[in-house]
Amino acid sequence: MTETLGFGVVAACMAISALFVVLSRRLVRAVLWLAVTLVATAALYAMQGASFLAGVQVLVYVGGVVTLMIFGVMVTRRHDGITVTLDSTRSGRAAVVALALFGIVAFAVRTTPGLDAPANPPAVTTADLGRALLGEHVFAFEVMSFLLLAAMVGSVVIARRKDPSPEPSRKGAAAPEAASPEEAE
Amino acid sequence: MTLSTCILLATALFCIGIFGLLSRRQPIAILLSVELMANAANIVFVAFGRYRGGTTGQIFATFSIALTVAEVAVGLALVILLYRSHHREARLDRATEMHG
Repeated sequence: MTETLGFGVVAACMAISALFVVLSRRLVRAVLWLAVTLVATAALYAMQGASFLAGVQVLVYVGGVVTLMIFGVMVTRRHDGITVTLDSTRSGRAAVVALALFGIVAFAVRTTPGLDAPANPPAVTTADLGRALLGEHVFAFEVMSFLLLAAMVGSVVIARRKDPSPEPSRKGAAAPEAASPEEAE
Repeated sequence: MTLSTCILLATALFCIGIFGLLSRRQPIAILLSVELMANAANIVFVAFGRYRGGTTGQIFATFSIALTVAEVAVGLALVILLYRSHHREARLDRATEMHG
């Protein structure tokens, strides 16, 4: 009973804050509502016995992604509240698409047998996760580290470009500068 | 908290994300919607992992979280680049230079 009640509270928090994420007019507030959604998701993971994922969710998403988003908002806009508007004609069509998709998936879930059975397999501990991550899935783990490295280098390269408009004079001026560290080696 | 209620909750989040993705024009707001959708996918991974047992669902969710973080970093770098090249205004429907 308490579990159902807790799930209801968490689900309501998630749905309402997610609605505020897409409906809020101030971009910073939308980012903070996203943080609420992500914390509620972490609570949902903890209720499902995935305590490691709950910690990762709070550390990586709320600590990393939301901070990064707020930095992005601060860097790209003036601080005095730029509003983001919803396009009225497009939002009407978007609501139709979203509601239709929800209706289809809800119908599919309702008509699929066996989904309501309360299955209780043994809980997965963090030690199990660590062994699986470095044993069975070690190749994916290494590929993921390469991907993170590539994304890090790529984002630095993209954001560091001084002037993206094609000006040959600037390019010619920048080329010797870029070549000089290699000469120093 | 059965599997079907978790799937329904994740579907609701995903559809809210789709609504935001289609109705907003500012790139950061669109990134927020993409985050919502990725989060919904993670919820389904964890719910199925709990239902089926074993570690695979949670491992998938872990990798998915790492992927999303990489996507946000690259996406924000692109937003900053767009903002610089469009004279301090970043709207996705005005960025048309890469139309084929």
